[in-house]
Amino acid sequence: MQIRPKQWFKTFFLTEMLRGMQLTGRYFFARKITVQYPEEQTPQSPRFRGLHALRRYENGEERCIACKLCEAVCPAMAITIESEQRSDGTRRTTRYDIDLSKCIFCGLCEESCPVDSIVESRVLSYHGEIRGDLIYTKDMLLANGDRLEAELAADREADRAYR
Amino acid sequence: MMHDFYQTGWWAVIWSIIKILIVVVPLLLGVAYLTLAERKVIGYMQVRLGPNRVGFRGSLQPIADALKLMFKEVIIPSSANRFLFLAAPVLAFVPALLVWAAVPFGPDVAISNMNAGLLYVLAIAGLGVYGIIVAGWASNSKYAFLGAMRAAAQLVAYEIAMGFALVGVLMLAQTLNLSKIVEAQAGGGFWSWYWLPLFPFFLVYFISGVAETNRAPFDVAEGESEIVAGFHVEYSGMAFALFFLAEYANMIFVSLLTTVLFLGGWYAPINTPLLTWIPGLVWLLLKTAFLLYVFLWIRATFPRYRYDQIMRLGWKVFIPVTIAWIVVVGIALETPMRAILR
Repeated sequence: MQIRPKQWFKTFFLTEMLRGMQLTGRYFFARKITVQYPEEQTPQSPRFRGLHALRRYENGEERCIACKLCEAVCPAMAITIESEQRSDGTRRTTRYDIDLSKCIFCGLCEESCPVDSIVESRVLSYHGEIRGDLIYTKDMLLANGDRLEAELAADREADRAYR
Repeated sequence: MMHDFYQTGWWAVIWSIIKILIVVVPLLLGVAYLTLAERKVIGYMQVRLGPNRVGFRGSLQPIADALKLMFKEVIIPSSANRFLFLAAPVLAFVPALLVWAAVPFGPDVAISNMNAGLLYVLAIAGLGVYGIIVAGWASNSKYAFLGAMRAAAQLVAYEIAMGFALVGVLMLAQTLNLSKIVEAQAGGGFWSWYWLPLFPFFLVYFISGVAETNRAPFDVAEGESEIVAGFHVEYSGMAFALFFLAEYANMIFVSLLTTVLFLGGWYAPINTPLLTWIPGLVWLLLKTAFLLYVFLWIRATFPRYRYDQIMRLGWKVFIPVTIAWIVVVGIALETPMRAILR
């Protein structure tokens, strides 16, 4: 074995170890990048895919025409739709369920929707306490849409050039 | 006179218990807050904040952790050896506390200022591994068993180097009494402490201490990425907490012993009235705290050693280096340099 004095010096005085510790020692004093969640949040894109909502037109008419494209495209088969003809002759849903415990938040339902009815909002914190709490029905989704309409419309507007 | 009174009859027992409580209660608090310090320091080095939700900046986190562990169920695997499985945490924890009997906190301030203090400490510290081996064996799980085997092999390898490192201290101090070892380092200041003439021993002892306490980067005994949690995979609740307490108490102990043996114990770094006015205990704890910080610093910096590299470092580097330096110190003590070293 060849004896290299420089190598021996490095080994016995732990110079490389100290260099490593110097690095972590510097980071000890660095500004921390932690985002303290409930008080602080990271910025969200207008394309954020969170809790679903069903939107309405400005006159209060629901947008969904029960074309079932979202149900067909959903890779997790989380959407269940039943429809019938309404008295005015238009086709409307009688049932629109999204099982959020199946949903993978891919956004394909939103993309497939011809009337911008089913959308994903920016809401990311919600929960269910018993089994079944995460199955959102038509009424709940419409309520989400009503509650978030201003934000949803603004986000769609902001992203319009790219759609 | 007072002293004699305390050493007769029942008073001796009560006085001993009081002394033990005075050491053990702050020790356990120290262990609790060392876990917080560890999470904070490692967090800071990873540009995170670490726990800061429970209490002011996370100051009550260890209490919350302790409560959680106390209320958790101790699960005993059906194929485990019930008696040994429950005895193992105790076997690990008791030696971790026993060693503190000999620790000097100041001139003649110790639970028991025994003359063979260093030998006692080495002997008891060596017992700690039985808890780990028994835990691994009694769990009847392959991960636990592998972890225990690794811990045993590692301990054997590093205990020898550690022992040799201590021989150097004995050669200079000419005593096994821990208080007297510290007093032998009195004099000017930090340059008269043993870390300077015994620098290789200082490094070897501290690194072996890291290895002995199974801390990163020598934590193959519990290496998460390879053998899940090693010897304590099957443990939960307080049984697990005892291992945890033992590990951290050992960390504090190794740091304190390094301070006593190499960093001048309770002496101020520079012998000026301003610094010697600060009580010795404060200096002792400050030095210990610094070494503990280095423990955490090392953990935050280095990746885990490969198992064969650990064995190589222990057997093929540390032992030859310590033996060689013992010879150097031995020769130096026979030359006029003796006056400087002593």
